Amino acid sequence: MKTKDIVYIALFAALTAVLGLFPPITLPITGVPVTAQSLGPMLAGAILGARRGGLSIVLFLVLVAVGLPLLSGGRGGFGVMIGVTGGFIFGWAVTAFVVGLLIEKLWNKLNVVNAALSIAFGGIVVLYAIGNAWVAVAADISYWQATVGAAPFLIGDAIKVAIATAACLAVKRSYPLISKAG
Amino acid sequence: MIAGLYIDGASALHRATAGIKILAMMALGTGVFLIPDWPVVAVVLATVIALYPISGFGRHIIWAQIKPMIWLLLIFFAVQLWLNDWQAGLLVVLRIAAIVLFASLVTLSTKTSDMLASLDRAMVPLKPIGVNPEKVSLAISMVLRFIPVIATVASEIRDAQRARGLDKSILAMIVPLIIRTLKMADDVADAIDARSFDLD
Repeated sequence: MKTKDIVYIALFAALTAVLGLFPPITLPITGVPVTAQSLGPMLAGAILGARRGGLSIVLFLVLVAVGLPLLSGGRGGFGVMIGVTGGFIFGWAVTAFVVGLLIEKLWNKLNVVNAALSIAFGGIVVLYAIGNAWVAVAADISYWQATVGAAPFLIGDAIKVAIATAACLAVKRSYPLISKAG
Repeated sequence: MIAGLYIDGASALHRATAGIKILAMMALGTGVFLIPDWPVVAVVLATVIALYPISGFGRHIIWAQIKPMIWLLLIFFAVQLWLNDWQAGLLVVLRIAAIVLFASLVTLSTKTSDMLASLDRAMVPLKPIGVNPEKVSLAISMVLRFIPVIATVASEIRDAQRARGLDKSILAMIVPLIIRTLKMADDVADAIDARSFDLD
C-alpha cells in the first residue's frame, strides 16, 4: 500500500467524522432524524473503491471505539457501538466495501443509474440486512419486525444515495481515483 | 486534538488495563445474552450501576448514558409486552441497559491514549497477515489532524457558496469539499514520501 493510499484512507475517515458535525435534519411527519454521517461510507466506497474505502471506515470505527466522540451528536465509545443500533455502525465498513466493489466493477461504464443502484445496494440493502439482524437479536424480535421498525429511515437514506451518486460521478469526472489504482 | 470521552479518576477501574476492561466487556456482553432469567440480569445491571459511584462517576453521568437509549428501550419493552409478556420485555431492556452501561463505563474510565496503546499491542500478532502497526498509527494521527482541517475547508466552501446563493445545496458543498481535500491529501502524501518516511 502506497503512502497516498494511507492518506486517502485517513482523509475519508476524517470526512466521515466531519459529516457527523452537521446538525441532523428531522423529517416532517415521521420525526425521524437524518444525519449526514452515513454519507461517509457511501462516499468512501464510491470514490476510493472497496479496499481503501472499507479500510477508511474501519479506521473511523477504531477511533470511535477508543473513545473519541466522532459519531453524530458527539457520541462515541463502546456503549454506542455495542448498543442496539451497533449493527448499523459496524455495517458501515461493509457498506463502503460493497459499494466500492460494485463501483470498481462498473467503473468504465458508470452512469447515474448503475452508480445509484450500487450505492443503494451497499448503503441500504446490505446495511439494513446487518443492522436489522443486530436489532432483532438485541431486542429479541423477529427480523421482519426489525425491518418494519427501520423503514422510516429509508427516506433519509434514499436522499443520501442520490447525493452520494451525484458526488461520485462529479468526482469521477474531475478527480478519478479508482482507475488509477488499477 | 479532539477530547475523548474519558473522565479522569483514580479508581480501581481507572487503573485496570484497557485490555482487561475490553475482555470483561466482551464477557459481560456474551454472558447476559446467555442468561434467560430477568432477575439474574437485573442483578448484573445493578452491579454495573453500582460501579459508577465506586469509580467516581456521579448520577448525572449515569443518566447521560441512559438518556439516549431510553425511548428505544421503552419501544422494545412495549413490543415484547405485545408479543410475549412483561418478563420477556424486562429481560430485553435489562440486558441492553447492562451491556451499554458497562461498555460506557469502559470508555469513561480509559484514556484514549491507553486504548490506542493496547490497540498497538493487539496488532502485533496480526503482522503476518499484512497489518502494519506503523501504517495504522500514521493513519490515526492523520485522521486527528484532518478533522479540523476539513471542518475549516467546509466552512470556507459554505461561505463561498452562500455568496452564489447555493448554501442550501449539500451537493454544492460536498463535491468541492472532496476535491479540495483530495488535492490536499496528494500534497500530504508527497510531503511524507519526500521525507523518506519508511512504511515497509
